[in-house]
Amino acid sequence: MMKYAVSLLVGLLCGVALFIIVLLNNPFVAKRTLSPLSVGDTAVTSLSYTVVPTKTIAFTNSGEMRLQPHPKGIRLLREGTVELTDVMVTEMRDARGQTAGIGVKFSSRSERTNLLRGEALVDSAWYVHLPGRGSFFVEQSENYWPFIQNVFVPAYRNSANSWKGKWSGDLSTGPGALGVARVTGVGGSLLGQSMAAVESLSVQAYSTDKGPVSAEGRLLIEMPSDNVTATD
Amino acid sequence: MLKTFIIGLVLGVLATAGALYAVPLVDQQREHSLVSVATNGGNVESFYINVPADRILAKQPGQDSLMPDTLDWPGADILQPIAVELYKIRNERGVVIGVASQSSEVGATTTDWLLHLPARGSQLISVQTQATLNGARRGDLRAGSREFAKRRGSVAVRWVADDSADEGVAGGRIEMLTNYVSQVDQQ
Repeated sequence: MMKYAVSLLVGLLCGVALFIIVLLNNPFVAKRTLSPLSVGDTAVTSLSYTVVPTKTIAFTNSGEMRLQPHPKGIRLLREGTVELTDVMVTEMRDARGQTAGIGVKFSSRSERTNLLRGEALVDSAWYVHLPGRGSFFVEQSENYWPFIQNVFVPAYRNSANSWKGKWSGDLSTGPGALGVARVTGVGGSLLGQSMAAVESLSVQAYSTDKGPVSAEGRLLIEMPSDNVTATD
Repeated sequence: MLKTFIIGLVLGVLATAGALYAVPLVDQQREHSLVSVATNGGNVESFYINVPADRILAKQPGQDSLMPDTLDWPGADILQPIAVELYKIRNERGVVIGVASQSSEVGATTTDWLLHLPARGSQLISVQTQATLNGARRGDLRAGSREFAKRRGSVAVRWVADDSADEGVAGGRIEMLTNYVSQVDQQ
């Protein structure tokens, strides 16, 4: 009798493991290989920023996540309604690497997350202010599933609990057509403009303890042509 | 015994799939939305910020004091005229329901507020820097996401000083009274 119970238990554990392996390599999850903005003929401007919390101007969350708040002493989001939320203030750089403005990003785990469909979703909102050009609001859902598959899980599988390499992927999955983020100009020469954007992530090193060690985010924005400088 | 193992294997696969399907991985804590209907139409909702208790970050142009005091503001000239403040926001009952940022530039006629309510969505509000006769500053909802995506309307922002606050510390609260109409309703 005991050996049957052990056999059933081992079978159960193997079943769970098998399902997780299949889930992480789910062939039915569509892989987006081409940015929706790269297929259009409109001008695109690029803004990059660091996603390493200690390199941002400020980053805070509940304090119980992998990503640690920065700088020291910043207020934490411990209340139940905001404990699944991250807040980031960061310097935005243009394509030449020059400081172009400031970005504030609020992101919260989404209740629409469904790992069976390969969706680890985050609902986020950006406010970006570019002095001399204007400001805009970005609303989007981001899917971190490709990041989990390609960086997060390999980091856990590594005996050093870290991952090094080169991974880049688009995060935006809507609400705009073709999975782009919706952008609304709210100030300066961008006021009233409706635009589209794609946020992408590029990771070179990741630690399971500290999160991203070397990584950069990028907002590609389809801007009205008179707002795009020659160097964008 | 092999049969038992295979039964266990199948059960393990089905149980994991069932659990992932039935149990929500993310469950945002919600507070009741305290919304009332205005006399002449629109939904009215109030948000509050207790200052300084709810302030997360503050950087004002030309001021040396930063909050938190460990904040290292970048030295780029282009960022010096920018003011940024981050807050927690509360509903009418005083419960924290989200986070907000207030951003502006020296000389600008408006201040932009980004309100983020994790369980509901975000709203971007542009508020006039000049107060009206009753002391409130008027603003407009410029854009929103999820619950606020199809809404437009106005906001009145008022600073209410708290005289009982500690000496030397500007205490009080920021009150935001929103009056939104669904764009579908307007058609």
